Amino acid sequence: MDTDQLIRTLAADNAHRGRPVGFALMLALLAAAPVSLLMFFTELGLRPDVMVAMRNPFFDLKFAVTLALAISAIAVSLHLSRPEASLRGFGWLLLAPVGILTAGIGGEMMMPQRLPMMTRLVGKNSWVCLTAIPLMSLPILAGALLGLRHGAPSRPALAGAIAGLLSAGLAATLYASHCTDDSPLFVATWYTIATALVAAIGALAGAKLLRY
Amino acid sequence: MRERDDEWTGLMRSAIAGDSAAYHRLLKTVTPVLRAAARRGLARAGQPVDQSEDIVQDILLAVHLKRHTWDVTAPFAPWLFAIARNKLIDALRRRGRRIFVDIDDFAETLPGEAPAETASPSEVAAQLQTLPARQREVLQSIAVDSASIKDTAAKFSMSEGAVRVALHRGLTSLTAKLREN
Repeated sequence: MDTDQLIRTLAADNAHRGRPVGFALMLALLAAAPVSLLMFFTELGLRPDVMVAMRNPFFDLKFAVTLALAISAIAVSLHLSRPEASLRGFGWLLLAPVGILTAGIGGEMMMPQRLPMMTRLVGKNSWVCLTAIPLMSLPILAGALLGLRHGAPSRPALAGAIAGLLSAGLAATLYASHCTDDSPLFVATWYTIATALVAAIGALAGAKLLRY
Repeated sequence: MRERDDEWTGLMRSAIAGDSAAYHRLLKTVTPVLRAAARRGLARAGQPVDQSEDIVQDILLAVHLKRHTWDVTAPFAPWLFAIARNKLIDALRRRGRRIFVDIDDFAETLPGEAPAETASPSEVAAQLQTLPARQREVLQSIAVDSASIKDTAAKFSMSEGAVRVALHRGLTSLTAKLREN
C-alpha cells in the first residue's frame, strides 16, 4: 500500500470519530469503581464512629486532600493526553493537595494536642494504610489507563504516573472514611508513601500501555 | 508559514465537521512536509533515508486514529508535529540509534522542498497481509482499487455500515501491529 492509497483509505474512514478522552476516562472509571468499592466494604468498611468524626475538621480535611489530589490529577491526565501538551502551566494543579495538607499541618500545630507529634504521625493504622490504598487503587488504575489509551500522550510514563496519582487519590478517599488516624501528619506520611507507590506502578504500566 | 498553518487548521476543522474531501486534501498537503522531516531525521541518525515512507505512514495512521485529541480551537501544526516527532523518535529508537529529533525539523520545512516518495513502503503492506480476511479485503478494495464505501459494500455483499466498521477496525489493528513490531 503506497502512501497515496493509505491517505485515500484514511479519508474514507473520516466518518468514524473517536470519543473524547474525558468521556472514555469517565466510562472506564465508572466501570472500575465498583471493584474498589467492593474491596472497601468487604475488607474495611466505614469507621464505626463516622457520624461523630464528621464533626472533626481534621477528619474532613483528609477528604479535601484526597479529593483535591484526585481532581487535579484527572485534569492533568486529560491535559497530558494531547500530544502537544506538557506539564508546563498545568503541573501546579498538583500542588493543590499539598497546599491543603500543609495548611492542615499548620492548623494542627497551633492547637493544643493530647498526643505527642510522633505518636500522631506514626498512628495506629500505618500498615493498613500502606496496603489498602495501593490495593484499592489497582482496579481504578487499570480503568484509568484503559480510558487514557484513547489519548496520545507524548510522555507515556509521566501520563501513567499521573494516572497513578488519580487512582491513589480516589482510593485514599475511600480509605480515609475507614481510618481513625486523622492527624494531617499521619496523612502527610503514610498516604504520601502509598500514593508514591501507586504513581510508580502507574509510570511503569503507562510507559508500556499509553504509547500510541 | 503562518498562512500554511492557518490553511491546515481550516482544513482540519472542515474534516472534523465531516468534510472527507478536506481531510483528503489536508493529508495530501502535510505528507511532503512529514516526508522531508522523516528523511532529515533518518539522515541525522545515520540511517538510510529510504525507510522514511514507513515513518510517514506511521505518522498518518496515528494522526488519523488520534485526531479526536486535537482541540478544534487550537492551531493544527503543533499537534501534528508533536505526533510526527513522537513517531520519528519511536522509529529511530526501534532502529537502536541515538535520538536527536529537533522540533524545527518539522517547522522549518520550506515549501517547494518536497522529495518524492522513495522506495515502496513495506511495513504497512506487510502487516496488511496479517489482518483478518474481511478487513484486508475491505482495506484493499478502498486503498488499491480506489472503490468507494458503497462500491465495496456491493462487491462483498455487505452493508455500508459493516464496510465502515471493517475499515476502521482494519486501520486500528494495522496500527496496533505496527506498534508491536
